[in-house]
Amino acid sequence: MKGSLIIVGFFILGCLSGLFNIVPGEECSDISFYALCALMFCVGLSIGNDSQTIKNFRSLNPRLVMLPIMTIVGTLAGTALASIVVPNRSIAECMAVGSGFGYYSLSSIFITEYKGAELGTIALLSNIMREIITLVAAPVLVKIFGNLAPISSGGATTMDTTLPIITRYSGQEFVVISIFHGFVVDFSVPFLVTFFCSI
Amino acid sequence: MFTVILLMLAGILTGYSIKKKIPFISKAITVLIWVLLYILGTEVGSNKQITEGIANLGLDAAIITVFAVTGSCIAAWALWYALYKSKKGGKI
Repeated sequence: MKGSLIIVGFFILGCLSGLFNIVPGEECSDISFYALCALMFCVGLSIGNDSQTIKNFRSLNPRLVMLPIMTIVGTLAGTALASIVVPNRSIAECMAVGSGFGYYSLSSIFITEYKGAELGTIALLSNIMREIITLVAAPVLVKIFGNLAPISSGGATTMDTTLPIITRYSGQEFVVISIFHGFVVDFSVPFLVTFFCSI
Repeated sequence: MFTVILLMLAGILTGYSIKKKIPFISKAITVLIWVLLYILGTEVGSNKQITEGIANLGLDAAIITVFAVTGSCIAAWALWYALYKSKKGGKI
């Protein structure tokens, strides 16, 4: 939680310095591309370096392996429908925002790089909201949609920030599937966002 | 555009081949995210179209989020129903 607040704090700090013209905006786009490259290399390093998590996945019910796919399909179908309601946004743009799956830092950075700061801001707000909805509404989601719902709703965050809330309301036995789910959805974010930004 | 994804895959291979745990990775990721979101902020703040339309952008974001969460929950419910409800008390 503290980590998320610091991240949002940096975004707000950036907004303020942009608003009052403290930083020249144009020189930044080069820096941001190289920083993004460095970030993705580090994200890859951390995935490849983490052999313990992958070992734990062996104890998983093979049928629950479907859950990340359900999350991805459900989210993309939902956001495709959302494009009918949201004016001035194409299906691909809505689906690109949805492809963040709550991973707001990475998805907003990607979408800004590909589609500009306006859609990047929507992605940041939308994916922060997704994390907050999961944290706040988990008990309600369990009641209406069953024990797997908070995991799907949590998207890419179910291996870290929303994990405690999921184990509390879905049950302790969902820890491994929750981490597995977060891992797979996390991994899909750069691919899906890039895909929907390029069509 | 695909450079970044190739870099991630290269990172995975590198991380996998280094058997020892790399200590500073998560700190590096955090700092890079700070830098990038600060830059995104400067772009947003200096762009009049965005600062004047921030309420609309927030509304768009909220609608997309509600649809995304509802869609994924319906899909999760379908899997839940197929695995447990239909044959009472399956194993997790």
